[in-house]
Amino acid sequence: MTRRGNLAGWLYVSPLVLVLVPFFVLPILVVLAASFMETDGFGGIIPTVTLANYAGVLTSKLTLDLYLATIKFTILTWAFSGIIGFWVAYFLVFHIRNPLIAIGLFLVCTVPFWTSNIIRMISWIPLLGKEGLVNSTLIGAGVVDQPLEFLLFSDFAVVVAYVHQLTIFMIVPIFNALARIDKRIVEAALDAGASRFDVLRLIVLPMAKNGIALGSIFVVSIVMGDFFVVKVMSGGGSASVVGAFYEDISVLQYPPAAASAIVLTLVLTLVVALILRSVDIRREITR
Amino acid sequence: MSRVTRDQRRPWTFYVLAGVFILYVAALYGPMICIYILSFQDIRGGLVFPMKGTSLHWFVDLFTQARTGDVKGSFDRSIRLALAVTLITVVASFLAGLGFRRGFRGDGIVFYLMIGSLVAPGLVLGIGVGLACTFLGLEAAWYSSALGAQLSWTLPFGVLVMFAVMSRFDGRWEEAARDLGATPAQTIRLVVVPVLAPGLVAVGLFGFTLSYDEFARSLQTAGSLNTLPLEIWSMTLNVTSPSLYALGTVTTLISFLIIGLSLGSIVLIQRRRAAGGGH
Repeated sequence: MTRRGNLAGWLYVSPLVLVLVPFFVLPILVVLAASFMETDGFGGIIPTVTLANYAGVLTSKLTLDLYLATIKFTILTWAFSGIIGFWVAYFLVFHIRNPLIAIGLFLVCTVPFWTSNIIRMISWIPLLGKEGLVNSTLIGAGVVDQPLEFLLFSDFAVVVAYVHQLTIFMIVPIFNALARIDKRIVEAALDAGASRFDVLRLIVLPMAKNGIALGSIFVVSIVMGDFFVVKVMSGGGSASVVGAFYEDISVLQYPPAAASAIVLTLVLTLVVALILRSVDIRREITR
Repeated sequence: MSRVTRDQRRPWTFYVLAGVFILYVAALYGPMICIYILSFQDIRGGLVFPMKGTSLHWFVDLFTQARTGDVKGSFDRSIRLALAVTLITVVASFLAGLGFRRGFRGDGIVFYLMIGSLVAPGLVLGIGVGLACTFLGLEAAWYSSALGAQLSWTLPFGVLVMFAVMSRFDGRWEEAARDLGATPAQTIRLVVVPVLAPGLVAVGLFGFTLSYDEFARSLQTAGSLNTLPLEIWSMTLNVTSPSLYALGTVTTLISFLIIGLSLGSIVLIQRRRAAGGGH
């Protein structure tokens, strides 16, 4: 690549870089700096260098509990959205024979992604509440005689809301990966005597791996970085890592919140890096 | 099993997976439909079924009552903000897409910066932008700091969509234009942009809807005036009447309008091409 070619390339991405530097790189650096400073107790920040904030975060038993709770939600959401996402994508690619109908059904799955997450979350209230549709149906059918309390404002509701919001992040990359499988390979395998389970195990799953990895990055990073679903859907019964430092922010305790934010960012980076070891994300996305 | 039966009869797994798919779609849309229905109750209405009467009471309430906050103003701000974000996202993603396709020294760094910006927790970035404003003595506002914070989320999405769009772009069309004497600017304006037009509409759809519903990155960066999702958020915590559902109905209607317009124009462009015998 010539020097002029490089310059032209940088010129093309310059608007992108001009957004990423002040609104991604700079804020991370500012949070990093603030995490070493002291609070004056009134929302101000005293510019010193101290490790007290990190000591506070890393020695608190609360931190461990918060991470365990967040990891629990992350794993449950990841597992359910992955399983549902895989089978929905599989159905659309291998069972719908008319490609136009497949794209139409795919869009049906995508449309809610373009609407408000908060509204989609609260829309579970009339269904899962104590007097909600699910409970009144169950009582009406005589299945239970007391309303089920665990449906709303519980860990169950948190996972339902996450899976509801995030399964699309699994469907899209897995659908893309599966759509690239040459159907003739499947035909050949069947003709050679493979069972449909063999096809799934030896052709489909390996081909879907990159899509699953890509979807996992989205699901894991969103759940670990989120707080409002836990706050609303658990009814205050559960906490999350981000929720905890959001509380710090609302009482203007910036440095401890910043230290906690940096620890979370490091944990998240580690998890994403682990996933990236199994997939060349750049090749997967740009090809 | 003979080949004929394999090709014509649906296996049992089809019916199982069709069931899974239908359940998924029902769970996807069912709850949303419930709140649209419940938003049309009359003044006795509550947050759960059964429906109490039918009226537009909660919609009027939404726009006239002080306790539901400044819904009208936040609507106005959110739509303007989303339009600005859409415009910048389309232009910047398109250019970045061209840049990444050419390749240049250091493109990997920009790529991973972009992925980082996509997966970073929104609230952390929001806090950082807010603190940076304080350090620099700037006032945070929805049209400046929140605009930038939202772009750090919509642009990576826009570029990812551009990658998908450009992977189907045939470089020979550009070569042909160049061979016929087009300048680089003419090639982009007369060949690349028209060919990629449906993809650019899709980028715009992502830009608008992701900005219009963005919450975590705006929370610490929007300044003293709320955008709509921030308004919805504070209503979620304070308002326990169907006006919350009415707001959900109104905002989703706007989202559906944007989605319909975008998908409609993509279909229209494709159909025109098919009718004109391609380009």
